Amino acid sequence: MEVILSQIFNGLSISSILLLIALGLAITFGLMNVINMAHGELIMVGAYATYVTQNLFNDYLPASLFNWYFVLAIPVSFLIAFLLGLVLEASLIRFLYGRPLDSLLATWGVALMLQQLARTIFGAPNVAVKSPTWLDGGMTLMTGVVLPYKRLFIIGLVIVTLLAMFLYIYRSHAGRRMRAVMQNREMASCLGISTRRVDALTFAIGSGIAGIAGCALTLMGPIGPALGTYYIVDAFMVVVLGGVGKLVGTIIGATGIGMFNTLFEFWTSASLGKVLVFVCIVAFLQWRPKGLVAMRSRSLD
Amino acid sequence: MNRRTWVSAVLLLLVVSVVLAGCGSGNNGNTGENNTGNNTSGAASGNEPAEETSAEADSGDTIKVGVLHSLSGTMAISEVSVQEAELMAIEEINAAGGVLGKQLEPVVEDGASDQPTFAEKARKLLSEDQVATVFGGWTSSSRKAMLPVFEELNGLLWYPVQYEGLEASPNIFYTGATTNQQIVPAVTWLLENKGTKFFLLGSDYVFPRTANQIITAQLGAEGGEVVGEEYTPMGHTDYSTIISKIQQAKPDVIFNTLNGDSNVAFFKQFKDAGITAADIPVLSVSVAEEEIRGIGVDVLEGHYAAWNYYQTTDTPENEEFVASYKAAYGDDRVTADPIEAGYIAVYLWAAAVEAAGTTDVDAVKEAAKGLEFDAPGGKVTIDGDNQHIYKTVRIGEVQADGQFAEVWATPEPVKPDPYLDGYDWAAGLGG
Repeated sequence: MEVILSQIFNGLSISSILLLIALGLAITFGLMNVINMAHGELIMVGAYATYVTQNLFNDYLPASLFNWYFVLAIPVSFLIAFLLGLVLEASLIRFLYGRPLDSLLATWGVALMLQQLARTIFGAPNVAVKSPTWLDGGMTLMTGVVLPYKRLFIIGLVIVTLLAMFLYIYRSHAGRRMRAVMQNREMASCLGISTRRVDALTFAIGSGIAGIAGCALTLMGPIGPALGTYYIVDAFMVVVLGGVGKLVGTIIGATGIGMFNTLFEFWTSASLGKVLVFVCIVAFLQWRPKGLVAMRSRSLD
Repeated sequence: MNRRTWVSAVLLLLVVSVVLAGCGSGNNGNTGENNTGNNTSGAASGNEPAEETSAEADSGDTIKVGVLHSLSGTMAISEVSVQEAELMAIEEINAAGGVLGKQLEPVVEDGASDQPTFAEKARKLLSEDQVATVFGGWTSSSRKAMLPVFEELNGLLWYPVQYEGLEASPNIFYTGATTNQQIVPAVTWLLENKGTKFFLLGSDYVFPRTANQIITAQLGAEGGEVVGEEYTPMGHTDYSTIISKIQQAKPDVIFNTLNGDSNVAFFKQFKDAGITAADIPVLSVSVAEEEIRGIGVDVLEGHYAAWNYYQTTDTPENEEFVASYKAAYGDDRVTADPIEAGYIAVYLWAAAVEAAGTTDVDAVKEAAKGLEFDAPGGKVTIDGDNQHIYKTVRIGEVQADGQFAEVWATPEPVKPDPYLDGYDWAAGLGG
């Protein structure tokens, strides 16, 4: 019983992490069709932004405030990744729209450059981010079932991020313009929408969300120059399985992969579990090549 | 037409051979000159200039040595520091007058955390740069990739990391621990002090799998029990399910052979699951001072590691070593076991060359037998039979300041036994 409960929670937690790392990609790859191999490195940038925020708090503010650095680190990570996304879009990505294979190679190059940059600035070894004490420990549901606060926090963060994205995309003017451009660029342009500005903003938002993911991941995993490479495959897996272009698909995809991964890993081993998940995904995509939720759009043909 | 090509081919061959011969004689002249220089210093008396590879290596006023570590990729986190320690040793030796009166000239290459790259760069160092020896490698797979190259070209590799044993190449010196200098004593210590139920956790590659095979055999013979054995792919970042399995298995102790970044994820999540070092201590064989800084000391405090050297190891040589390492690379840097092993590798090679009076590989190997050196981690001796070194085994506990406190050590340096011939229970291993 305890095992089943904690495994369900573990599955949920992995799903939330997967969703968080895939959300930004769901925008840059899903909506904009840029095969963004530098997504993992944008996550890394977010993680290092958190590290820098922590150090600044350590150096310049009284120790009593230290625990609150994390609250500030989330918007800081978002902002830095957002700005980097803007620069990337203006200098590189905008020349590659409609050329997905070129964008794959170019962003892969950007990824390598960012990794080396991180290595130059922060050094090759991992850096440590001390998580705030209010996230230490966990909630004891019953004996043997502890729900770590950090995992709960990430689930909460994902829900908040999702909600904000939903409001932005479906309930705001900017979001409506964004959807219009992504669905039918010429028509939107004819109606007076500046597609350049919308493109730039959309890519930057996708990058910014990757930054938030990086911030959250400092709670769970390593923070080093290679950080992005651990998550990039999972992120693409989620978006492709969910169906390119639909947020709902990404959510279902992440939940499915997270749950099945936990299940398989528990029954077999970590390596075999991952293989089984991949087998399932490949089989599923054979059956439904467009993923879980297919978008009907004129631009996707 | 045909005939003309043939003639020009012959001409070309001639030209090439003349040029080569010219180069060759030029080099020989150089070596001869230097040898006379050496003779005055008394180091190389009676030795002919060595042929082939080594002839090139100690030609001129310098001796080229290769330094081959991953400076990029996932392993860079660990290997860069070892590389720095090796370069520091080379500088120190140069400052003290060099080897055979010549300065050492490091040729640095990047293995890029990639096995084929390691093999390729090793070949380049040996045949193109003609280095006298190479210091390098970290993962067992990188060593296994380089091994055939060194055996084929009769090169010399100094490998500075603890590994899974069951190997003794005539072209490799192993300055890290083999299993009976790290894992086997650690298991015995855990059995005596922490309990009999072991959970084995490792990354999915050759070192952890071989290590766990050995541990399982040893536990069977010494009255322990394996209650779980799990492997995760390199770079695995979610340990929630593994931790559930650990909670179910209720081990007394976890023997951790995870490598690289996975350690960070595991220890962070292990602590969050509410398990402390007092409940289930984890003994790691790949977590040293350097890794502690990247994982965060708050999640590691109280856990154990087994090594041959800690920054806190109390010897006069270590005091000096730590001071000069910090002076060279910054006050916030820490030393660790593989760093020390890389550092002493350079000194051992230099001593062997001085003893042999030449950089010729076979002569150096012969001269290295039984060589002693007062290393920062205590006295080490090269074992002539298997080219490993005698080392003291130490168990350390992670302290709040990110350093280890030694809780146990062998009274004498342990003789290396890579094939575990001295242990009855190991008879069936390594097949």
